[in-house]
Amino acid sequence: MSFPMVPELLGSLFKKPNTNPFPAAQLPPTVTGLLEKVGKGEASLNPPVPVPEKLRGKMTYNRETCIGCKLCLKVCPAHAIDFIEGTKKIRIFVSQCIQCGQCTEICPKQCLALSGEFLNASHDRYADELVVD
Amino acid sequence: MKTIEVKKPSGYATQIGPAHPALKEPVMFSLDIEGERIRKADFVPGMAHRGVEWMGMRRNCIQTMYLAERICGICGITHSISFSRAVEQIAQIQVPNRAHYIRSIVGELERIHSHLLWAGVAAHELGFDSAFYLAWRVRENVMDLLEYLTGNRVHYAIIQIGGVRRDIVPDQFPRIEESMKFFEGAYAKLAAVFLDDTTVQMRCRDCGVLTTDEARELCPVGPTARASGIKKDVRVDHPYAAYGDVEIEYQTPDLLTGEVRGDVYDRIVTRLLEVKQSIGIVRQLLAMLPDGPLLAIPKPAVLLAKLKGVAGEAVGRHEAPRGEVMHYVRLEAGKDEPAAWKVKASSYSNYMAWIPMMEGEQIADIPIIAASIDPCISCTDRVALVRPDVRQIVTKEELHRLSVEKTRRIQAGLAK
Repeated sequence: MSFPMVPELLGSLFKKPNTNPFPAAQLPPTVTGLLEKVGKGEASLNPPVPVPEKLRGKMTYNRETCIGCKLCLKVCPAHAIDFIEGTKKIRIFVSQCIQCGQCTEICPKQCLALSGEFLNASHDRYADELVVD
Repeated sequence: MKTIEVKKPSGYATQIGPAHPALKEPVMFSLDIEGERIRKADFVPGMAHRGVEWMGMRRNCIQTMYLAERICGICGITHSISFSRAVEQIAQIQVPNRAHYIRSIVGELERIHSHLLWAGVAAHELGFDSAFYLAWRVRENVMDLLEYLTGNRVHYAIIQIGGVRRDIVPDQFPRIEESMKFFEGAYAKLAAVFLDDTTVQMRCRDCGVLTTDEARELCPVGPTARASGIKKDVRVDHPYAAYGDVEIEYQTPDLLTGEVRGDVYDRIVTRLLEVKQSIGIVRQLLAMLPDGPLLAIPKPAVLLAKLKGVAGEAVGRHEAPRGEVMHYVRLEAGKDEPAAWKVKASSYSNYMAWIPMMEGEQIADIPIIAASIDPCISCTDRVALVRPDVRQIVTKEELHRLSVEKTRRIQAGLAK
């Protein structure tokens, strides 16, 4: 009988957990309660694992330099970009965006970019922070 | 059309699926059992049809590229390489050498990640959850490396028609080498845990056997075929990307154990050997990485215009972690979107191997046998059966009659 897993398991007893406990080391009774406490400065969050430099995260949009050429709409695989006829500007729905960054490459004015921001969860897919315009 | 009666099984019939805790994705097994033994096995796919090809034929080629990447959550680069190879052939775009190398490097890293994921799933199916945690903990390292190189853990978005979108610069080499060293250690540890363990040997040796002859008849692909001793690998047989420049061999289980039995254990051996092989390939490719541009046509708008003007059809292939993937694409001049797009995922070829593997085994072996071919069911399903209880055989004469009738119908329409 051979069980090579046993030494590995015994060794693991003395190691730190491999996962990063985020947002808190222990599951709080209520997450909203924890966030309220963090807001008041009574508790602190366990920070997430640092992201690599060139992470493809939430889109950023420079409204001033945009010329309304609609090229980004043409390549967006997820149809996440809306063109507003009145102002000739665009609006990006983060909940629909797949963060491929194809629009950043086709944009002739480089007014679109990907940021390192990745905490995009929300209850409302049309929340203000999930619509970039 | 002749409707054939579905024969009732003679023993006790049971079915597993479409939704079952032992299966990771929906597929249905109908089994004819006697006591604990499986006398006859059959399966019904088509439960997870998503209509990806239909969506792709309504988007231009650059958009379809990202859709192709999303056919599979694990082998993302597989489908994008196959699709782009097909489109590049039609448009006669010459991919730069450096891009070929980067494609292969990411492809091999993906193979490491996919095989480790599979090792975890297989361990879980055996009820050996501590090995599952070990395999997935090791896998995190390659996920982090892929995130570092491409910008995301899954869905790398690194392939573009005519090249790649991101470079691998010398500053990144030490980080890659660090991971390769880590995987050399991890390979030794995983090989010991999976191959020397008495429990794994008891459950997997001579279980779910697919003999070499059966494999030759059923034509499985990838590790499923190689574990049965069939030497077949797109990377060796028809080298593409940078695979022609590296030393690469068929990984059959006899390289490690000295014999081919074609059982579940051999499939574990094959996949572990491939992890080791991929480490070697990544190192060779990094050492030889040539200089040059990344994209044949750097401007996406120019690329779109070029693709709108070309017409033709082509097939793109890639050796995915599960076996050969094939994309058929037809483009028509004046149209942005592909006129036809057909995807053959690797599991499609491996499905039929389930039947000889399951027959004669016990019910308790079904989860590990089903998992042993590493099935990717939502990637494979191309057809949804609307009336699965009615089975029909259409004869050649019948098809000919239908064809003649259609021609007459069209002619009548034209005459009006």
